[in-house]
Amino acid sequence: MNADPTPEHALPDAAAAPTVGSSMPGGSGSSETASTGFDLSTALGGARADDEERARAEVVFEADRLSVFYGDFQAVRDVSMQIHAKEITAFIGPSGCGKTTLLRSFNRMNDLIASARVEGGLRYHGEDVYGEGVSPVIVRRKIGMVFQKPNPFPKSIYDNVAYGPRVLKWKKSDLDDVVEESLTRAALWDEVKDRLDQSALGMSGGQQQRLCIARAIATKPDVLLMDEPCSALDPIATLRIEDLMRELKDEYSIVIVTHNMQQAARVSDYTAFLTVDIDDESGQRTGELVEMDRTDRIFTNASDPRTEAYVSGRFG
Amino acid sequence: MTTSTSARPAGPGASHRGLQDPTRRPGEWAILQFLRGSATIAILTTAGIVASLFPAAISFFREVQTVHGVSFLEFATGTFWAPDFANPSFGVLPIVVGSSIVVVLALLVSVPVGLLSAIYLSEYAPARVRRIIKPALEVLEGVPTVAVGLFAFWFLRPTAQEAFPNLPWTGPFAILIGGMAVGLITVPLMASVSDDAMRQVPQSLREAAYALGDSKARVAIRVVVPAAISGIVAGIVLAASRAVGETMIVLLAAGAGNPNLSFNLFAGVQTMTAFIAGKATGDIAQGTLIYDTVFAVGSLLFLVTLSLNLFAIRFVRRFREVYE
Repeated sequence: MNADPTPEHALPDAAAAPTVGSSMPGGSGSSETASTGFDLSTALGGARADDEERARAEVVFEADRLSVFYGDFQAVRDVSMQIHAKEITAFIGPSGCGKTTLLRSFNRMNDLIASARVEGGLRYHGEDVYGEGVSPVIVRRKIGMVFQKPNPFPKSIYDNVAYGPRVLKWKKSDLDDVVEESLTRAALWDEVKDRLDQSALGMSGGQQQRLCIARAIATKPDVLLMDEPCSALDPIATLRIEDLMRELKDEYSIVIVTHNMQQAARVSDYTAFLTVDIDDESGQRTGELVEMDRTDRIFTNASDPRTEAYVSGRFG
Repeated sequence: MTTSTSARPAGPGASHRGLQDPTRRPGEWAILQFLRGSATIAILTTAGIVASLFPAAISFFREVQTVHGVSFLEFATGTFWAPDFANPSFGVLPIVVGSSIVVVLALLVSVPVGLLSAIYLSEYAPARVRRIIKPALEVLEGVPTVAVGLFAFWFLRPTAQEAFPNLPWTGPFAILIGGMAVGLITVPLMASVSDDAMRQVPQSLREAAYALGDSKARVAIRVVVPAAISGIVAGIVLAASRAVGETMIVLLAAGAGNPNLSFNLFAGVQTMTAFIAGKATGDIAQGTLIYDTVFAVGSLLFLVTLSLNLFAIRFVRRFREVYE
């Protein structure tokens, strides 16, 4: 269906082909250029792969054999991955594969569970997130989070957005601007600008979730972790949130956990596929990272057969 | 297979006819009536109290009006309460003020102590500590108030005077001590109701605040307490209602007898309950004015606590609706 070439898609190719010869010295770098059969073609191909890597912004998170336990139960085993800035990274996988647990270990939300503990390394811009003297409170100020179910405070819309800035003791005189800017960024301003003093609990589910996003970005964190942010929303509200994520990508590094493979395919640049490993003896279910790659490769050309089976709907 | 099936007794589905129960069940009916009767006892008790209090109260107002020329307004605003003096006076304000002082003092103790205990129990205490503290609080709630009254009169009052000798302590009683002792015994109620309200606050709200980089203490104060405020207010009202009705502690620690309107915290001040307890001994005769007076004050007390409780129930209802 989507393979059907629309005239819009066909046009640039047709227009580009005749210009190949003339524009050659400029090196447009399109695939048509490479097909002209020069030695250059292989060199160009290599350069493109390098460019692709170079174009990726710096590494935000680097997990090194990261494991998460709840008491004796190991929820996540030996995850090693890199998450780059200004990209949307999706975690997909079947239920119980530890996606959410992994995500919550990134901003130390798991610290709130007394029995939770972490092994292995997790570095944020090179700094050990679980290092000695690291304050989870400070970690969470840099790494914001949006939850599965919209969880606005039972306060006014204004006070919800102003919560984070007030925690950071920002000047009162700036709050109005911060609130307007955050709500605008979250595509909610026009809907709520006349009722900022009303309770956030009177909003629809989709509005509440956008409010939670506005609240999370009000203090301009570096990273936004989103734990199945659309699972409680209808399809239209879901699309709005996805549009919003694509817009926020310019400024934020976003990591999203999703059950919805289409969503991962639609919004994310990179996708990590996790699965459940069931111990033969104890029956314990532990999450493992199968592979992480560019989203288009995960969905069209996965290197691991388990990924292929999952994304093609053969299990999970 | 078929042979073993036929060996079993026929189940109720074997015959398609006869939906009526062949056995009669008179026991069921009796049990229902017994349960219904038990549930009615509490309501009947309240009705009985009203029925016993109000006729005597009405006859009190009729009598003071005709014999002593005291109108209801004079009763409600008069500042000298001496119904059993040779020249009686029926200004109820001194004992109403006495009860109010007790309520204010009790809440000054029980609200902060109870609320802080509740914050500790709900937000900080590990499950193991909770399991110890909760029943311990209930033990305090269960101490007979007459014992608390003796403790207040024989221990707290002299200790307070030793600790602060420069304060104007007057006589053996002090409503300050009585009110604070009442506050102490309402701490468990305040703590327990607030703790329940705070534990009802969804964990997702705490997570939202933690994810914004808020500290534990501020999450408790800025998110959990405001979200639980209706339940906490209900606790305050219940504690106030309990303090208004508290009798033995104030009778022992604050005394019964001062007929003057007094705001002196360091002396005895009579409350409505202490007046009733002090007068309602075996030697007042039914039908006398002093007998009716006791019932009039009792009715007033009943109306105050009833309205406080109704107010609290409304608040609890509102608080239940917050997250649904």
